[in-house]
Amino acid sequence: MLNYLARSNARTGEMSMATKKSTKKPNVSADELKAYYRDMLLIRRFEEKAGQLYGMGLIGGFCHLYIGQEAVVVGLEAAAEDGDKRITSYRDHGHMLACGMDPNGVMAELTGREGGYSKGKGGSMHMFSKEKHFYGGHGIVAAQVPLGAGLAFADKYKENGRVTFTYFGDGAANQGQVYETFNMAALWKLPCIFVIENNQYAMGTSQQRSTSSAEIWERGKAFGIPGEAVDGMDVLAVKAAGETAVAHCRAGKGPYILEIKTYRYRGHSMSDPAKYRTREEVQKMRDERDPIEAVRNMLLQGKHASEEDLKGIDKEIKKIVNDSADFAKDSPEPALDELWTDIYATEIPQEA
Amino acid sequence: MATEILMPALSPTMEEGTLAKWLVKEGDTVNSGDIMAEIETDKATMEFEAVDEGIVGKILIAEGTEGVKVNTPIAVLLEEGESADDIESAKSEPASAPVAADKEQSSETAPAAAMEHPEPQVDTSPDWPEGTTLKQQTVREALRDGMAEEMRRDEDVFVMGEEVAEYQGAYKITQGMLDEFGAKRVIDTPITEHGFAGIGVGAAFGGLKPIVEFMTFNFAMQAIDHIINSAAKTLYMSGGQMGAPMVFRGPNGAAARVGAQHSQDYAAWYMQVPGLKVAMPYSASDYKGLMKTAIRDPNPVIFLENEILYGRSFDVPDLDDYTVPFGKARTWREGDDVTIVSFGIGMSYALEAAEKLAEEGINAEVIDLRTIRPMDTGAIIKSVMKTNRLVTVEEGWPQGSVGNYISSVVMQEAFDYLDAPVINCTGKDVPMPYAANLEKHALVTTAEVIEAVKKVTYR
Repeated sequence: MLNYLARSNARTGEMSMATKKSTKKPNVSADELKAYYRDMLLIRRFEEKAGQLYGMGLIGGFCHLYIGQEAVVVGLEAAAEDGDKRITSYRDHGHMLACGMDPNGVMAELTGREGGYSKGKGGSMHMFSKEKHFYGGHGIVAAQVPLGAGLAFADKYKENGRVTFTYFGDGAANQGQVYETFNMAALWKLPCIFVIENNQYAMGTSQQRSTSSAEIWERGKAFGIPGEAVDGMDVLAVKAAGETAVAHCRAGKGPYILEIKTYRYRGHSMSDPAKYRTREEVQKMRDERDPIEAVRNMLLQGKHASEEDLKGIDKEIKKIVNDSADFAKDSPEPALDELWTDIYATEIPQEA
Repeated sequence: MATEILMPALSPTMEEGTLAKWLVKEGDTVNSGDIMAEIETDKATMEFEAVDEGIVGKILIAEGTEGVKVNTPIAVLLEEGESADDIESAKSEPASAPVAADKEQSSETAPAAAMEHPEPQVDTSPDWPEGTTLKQQTVREALRDGMAEEMRRDEDVFVMGEEVAEYQGAYKITQGMLDEFGAKRVIDTPITEHGFAGIGVGAAFGGLKPIVEFMTFNFAMQAIDHIINSAAKTLYMSGGQMGAPMVFRGPNGAAARVGAQHSQDYAAWYMQVPGLKVAMPYSASDYKGLMKTAIRDPNPVIFLENEILYGRSFDVPDLDDYTVPFGKARTWREGDDVTIVSFGIGMSYALEAAEKLAEEGINAEVIDLRTIRPMDTGAIIKSVMKTNRLVTVEEGWPQGSVGNYISSVVMQEAFDYLDAPVINCTGKDVPMPYAANLEKHALVTTAEVIEAVKKVTYR
């Protein structure tokens, strides 16, 4: 009965961001905190710039911005080791920047230029980095979930101790292949962290209107996969949960689910009329729960950084982002010959 | 420096819009993310947010203005300490036109070449050296040997699918493989094609060389998104950084009396997809040699088998490492009167028809394509230049068939050599019926091939 009440409140009540409060504050140094601030700010400024370039017609087609969700990838990357893998959907710019891919190459892919990660042939939704173990960038909702489990399968086969972060949204969580994958990942104990980035809206349909479960991670229980809900606006809470998940996977105990409750400030894509939620709802999130502001306040209040220090970081980020925009504008369009390349490989590229 | 704010494109197709409403006024301070205006696009009314922080120095386009072109300056934003006097110096970030690529497209399909019909270069070397010892083997055994040899050769090769391990294969193709290679490399999956095909593709991204068995290709329709969107397109989408070196295999096409949902030929479907290679062998030696080539290929390969052929025996060369290259057709029978082109089980009708036609004095040349992507069109054209007549044979449906494609290639590249229209013998344009008599008529028949040959040879 209690369960039922809690659930019905969660479904009918205001969106509650306060999920599981981390009981112990993770031990984190001032330098680490500053690094998270910097990495989150890089994503935000990069995405704002991408939105601007889209408005200028330099980026075409679909463009899904990550603004508001920065703490998710930055927190989880803080829990990853070298060689760990990551794969995600089409809202992928943040993941690429967080795992250390070059902003110039990402922005130039957005503008469809030769200097882009896929030589301009992939676009916003399709980028990859062999070097950073970033496996895309997938445009079909939830397709990355079995692909991510397959990457984990390869690591288990090779017994190399690596884990894979498989990101997907609350919308993707209603695709059947997610549960086909949960079943096999649990059966075969794959070292896969399923990261549900629950930003509350599947395109324009709220979780309440699309999803029978109030807590999506609990669906893992049916497959014997443990998991937890995490406050995705708190980078330290995300990092702490990420460490738990990574330790579980690396110990050979199989997959783990993190349902990270986050919020997307911008529309689903650039052409989102935003009629499915109120301006006040978005503004309230920005004002009260912004993940970057939270770390900024922590740094200032704890006297780990001065206003001047943070201004320096802001300035550095602004330069990186402006440089990436310049690079993306100046890089030439791919040569027409590129139309005909990369259709068939003569050797396995990921081994080359 | 003061910056101009430009009319944004707020959808992929927007060229102009209405500036419906300003939510800021001159002198207001804005932060990045603040909503500045409402703009009506061709699709909806959208909110337009500030990207930079600053003070609204001047509003250039009044609210209510319609037909404002994208990239028109609509306002000027000032930085701290600037005044409206600085507006004169405002320079928008130039939306630099894309730099034109300097290389011209390769003229592979230049129209001028269409009417010239040079004789194609064709590899007609024998599949095995003269004097090689041959042994009789079923398609089933040859297929298993091909896979097992490659698994001995390369630790990264593994096979996964429904009933491939303990059951020894639903059609006994993987018989004995669990014993030899163990459960790590011969993996029973749940009945979950979409999921395990995706896991297979992911494992290929991660450096393994999976063989994904579909109990039949009918069930691969549940997984076709991963075959096409994930496996076939990733090399291109990644600019060549990663791909899916793997094999999707299983029986394809009609078996016997299993009805509409279990009897479809997918050759023409997969043949259409750039990024895939498609093999559809007929004989046991080709099953073995092409399977070994497929496993070694760094690209995703669709390997279309046939349940009725599994039990048929053929000569197989007794060699340690017998492979057959992709894109090389095999001529089973030479003749001057007509060319019959087929692949997979279609070859049984083609060969049977050729034999009967020979009794009537019509000598057919019979070509087995073996792989339909890449396709050895050169071998077809070379033969048509000799026989001037062409009949294609397959079990699949007529509209958009493999034969249709061959016809178009021959028309473009050997039009002057044709003495009769090309005839495509195909399965009938119906779902597969269950009743024995109807099923027989739904498939292509030897009699139809004979009739087609007589038509094109005007007998």
